[in-house]
Amino acid sequence: MPKVTVDGVELDVPQGATVLQACELAGKEIPRFCYHERLSIAGNCRMCLVEVAPGPPKPQASCALPTAEGQVIKTDSPMVKKAREGVMEFLLINHPLDCPICDQGGECDLQDQSVAYGRGATRYDENKRAVTEKYMGPIVKTVMTRCIQCTRCVRFAEEVAGVEDVGAIYRGENMQITSYLERAVGSELSGNIVDLCPVGALTSKPYAFEARPWELTKTLGIDMMDAVGTNVRIDARGRQVLRVLPRVNDDVNEEWANDKTRHHVDGLVRRRLDQPYVRVNGTLQPASWAEAFAAIKAVGAGSSVAAIAGDLADCETMFAAKSLVNALGGALLEGRQTGLDYDVTSLSAVNFNTGIAEAENADVILLVGTNLRWEAPLINTRIRKAVWKKGAKVFAIGPETDLTYKAEWLGDDASLVTKLPTAVLDALKGAERPMLIFGGGALSVPGVHGAGLALAKSVNAVKDGWNGYNVVHFSAARMGSLMLGYGLPGGIKDVIAAKPKLAFFLGADEVDFAALPDTFKVYVGHHGDKGAHAADVILPAAAWTEKDFTTVNTEGRVQRSEKAVFAPGDAREDWSIFRALADALGVSLGFDSFAQCRAAMIAAVPALGVEGLADYGWTVPKLPAKPEARAIPSPIKDFYLTNAICRASPTMQRCSEELVHGVDFAEAAE
Amino acid sequence: MADAPNIPDEAETRARWGAFAWTAENAEKAKAVIARYPAGRQRSAVMPLLDLAQRQVGAETQTQGWLPVPVIEYVAAALDMPFIRAYEVATFYTMYNLVPVGRYHVQVCGTTPCLLRGSDDVMAACKNRGMVKGKTTPDGLFTLTEVECMGTCTNAPMVQINDDNYEDLDYDSTVRILDALAAGELPKAGTQLANRHTSEPDGGPTTLKEMVSSNHDYRKEW
Repeated sequence: MPKVTVDGVELDVPQGATVLQACELAGKEIPRFCYHERLSIAGNCRMCLVEVAPGPPKPQASCALPTAEGQVIKTDSPMVKKAREGVMEFLLINHPLDCPICDQGGECDLQDQSVAYGRGATRYDENKRAVTEKYMGPIVKTVMTRCIQCTRCVRFAEEVAGVEDVGAIYRGENMQITSYLERAVGSELSGNIVDLCPVGALTSKPYAFEARPWELTKTLGIDMMDAVGTNVRIDARGRQVLRVLPRVNDDVNEEWANDKTRHHVDGLVRRRLDQPYVRVNGTLQPASWAEAFAAIKAVGAGSSVAAIAGDLADCETMFAAKSLVNALGGALLEGRQTGLDYDVTSLSAVNFNTGIAEAENADVILLVGTNLRWEAPLINTRIRKAVWKKGAKVFAIGPETDLTYKAEWLGDDASLVTKLPTAVLDALKGAERPMLIFGGGALSVPGVHGAGLALAKSVNAVKDGWNGYNVVHFSAARMGSLMLGYGLPGGIKDVIAAKPKLAFFLGADEVDFAALPDTFKVYVGHHGDKGAHAADVILPAAAWTEKDFTTVNTEGRVQRSEKAVFAPGDAREDWSIFRALADALGVSLGFDSFAQCRAAMIAAVPALGVEGLADYGWTVPKLPAKPEARAIPSPIKDFYLTNAICRASPTMQRCSEELVHGVDFAEAAE
Repeated sequence: MADAPNIPDEAETRARWGAFAWTAENAEKAKAVIARYPAGRQRSAVMPLLDLAQRQVGAETQTQGWLPVPVIEYVAAALDMPFIRAYEVATFYTMYNLVPVGRYHVQVCGTTPCLLRGSDDVMAACKNRGMVKGKTTPDGLFTLTEVECMGTCTNAPMVQINDDNYEDLDYDSTVRILDALAAGELPKAGTQLANRHTSEPDGGPTTLKEMVSSNHDYRKEW
């Protein structure tokens, strides 16, 4: 613990801390452009200069200088002030004065720091340098003349995203940041380089010229696009959500968000269901709420009722639907729309037990039937970190894909789980912190679940202080739905076999609707997608940005999200729809407000009342452990089009065409 | 103005160079170069290999050689490194040509010492032969580039043509060299002054004269 003095204040700093970190510990703000906590140190912007003694009699770049015992650091001396002014003046020499037309305006590091640390006027009256435009894909808009060459984007692409597509070509005056041959950056995390860019060189293409940051209302939310539970901030103006940005949460998403999280929002204002519909003579007709409720009442389903939760369903919605189904005397509740029927008697056996943040400490990892890069991109970055920084070994069973790190592919046969090569078994057994990760694709093959649990036992993956058995879910609703009892032994096949007279689909679009021909289908959702097409009655509900809700991510973390905007038209929050429908059907749910609904939910499932990791313990159900010998399917066909909101989003459609199907847009963009 | 790389049409380049592979001889050389670096650090060999590839392209096209995109990718793949990393190297160093050059790559130094010693005359001699900066002559013989210091300031002005330096030039000697090259001859490399061998003082030493024949202790004279 070196003892250093920062501006006359003595303090102890951790071993290996840099001078910049020491200054931050002392509460001093150090301006910086290239330095970023989560990226490697580059030391090329020179903005963080401070005076350090002992040392050469000149300012030092604090981000790249380790602290040493007895250092005296000055951040407010005349030398430092002059150095910062000098660096800032040089940075601004080639930076265009186009702040009024720059999307970064108002949240620009260069703008802020030039006000705080700059000279106020330039002495340069030569021509400024200009840089030709670059193409970086459908998410990132470039104005490369504004680039100050901090190389944060290059380091992010290499270190975090693992997609080495971005680089700096040429040198000196001519140095320019570009993607390889100006192709689209092939990363599902490319939106993060927009946040990282301290200037307006890389801005968000879908959000270009939409709004200024000070016009936006900021609401804290939890992303529902995948089961990672990315912490986000919802930026809205008036009634429209304009963008979604990640918040810092080191336990979940660090400070990243994938492109789907960021850019599905333009789907929130398209193809919306904004009034009830009732199917009359085979076609859906607009109706009033009363007419829609009357149509449902007319079914006379009695207790033959089911509820099927979609991937975007939140806990309160599922609880309200469950309350109604139970009040009507039914018990058919299912959330696994596509037909998965793995055992759910023990939640710990279907949970990401290691934890997302802990995953980066694993030393040997076996992936079974999961394309993590698409199913949970931000868990994939953790695994990449384990591989890249700590040298973890990764083995994988399943359809081969590029996971951005080196994985040893063993084949795609599910029966390999019980017939692992000795080398793999030895590696797992010898590992201090082994991790087994099973994806939805793996669990769809009968026997893999049991075999996986048996494997966890045989390689001693679950031990004191370390649980290496993991299931990674893709659906944001999954863990919440299982906690609320949405899970039948035979999955959705049990619902089909029971032939319910009435079924509620909570934004469930992926169900095989043809298998339920005699069921009166009520779609409670927000987008006119597959579910709405098949429905007999559509009840328009709120999307995730339009309601307060609780959700549980794949590691069992209970998180709450707040309402940013109102649902459009006649659409209502889901809990109130079921509350009103209960009145129409003549039953009581036991709550009259959202607060009461949430309280009743917490009373039923106390774990949902505590934000943070739910404790599922560790119980292993007895399951058949002989996997069928067949190829593990991949559950996601197209990362960008996995749910109704994405499918309605022009940005996501464009990403899908360009990045998944390889349509070339580079020329058209010019 | 920092322009986007002005590389030749990608589709055409790929059609012509997509099947690039080492010749048997160069494959051996490449192996030897990679073997110089520790296992797992094979990326360090990127610069010699790019040079080797450029020379092979040169041999195939009867020119000084250049690095088409598929060739850069071939080298990157051979070293198991991302294409962009090899591309960065190829764009950073001016000795890698990103566009085709002629049989003789005439690199005229225009930095201060050469400028003071008459690099303008050298440049004029080149221009009078029809060369244009950054372009190849229509006969495919010469490509003219103005470069920064090549470290031969004692023999300024100088020009580097392919792997040889021609030093102590003036207008006439430059014309002579270019004529000889055009005629297919190989002029004498190095200094073009008759009485100079390398970079020793022209016309005999002007300082430390007593040191020429034997050792001399100057300290008493300070």
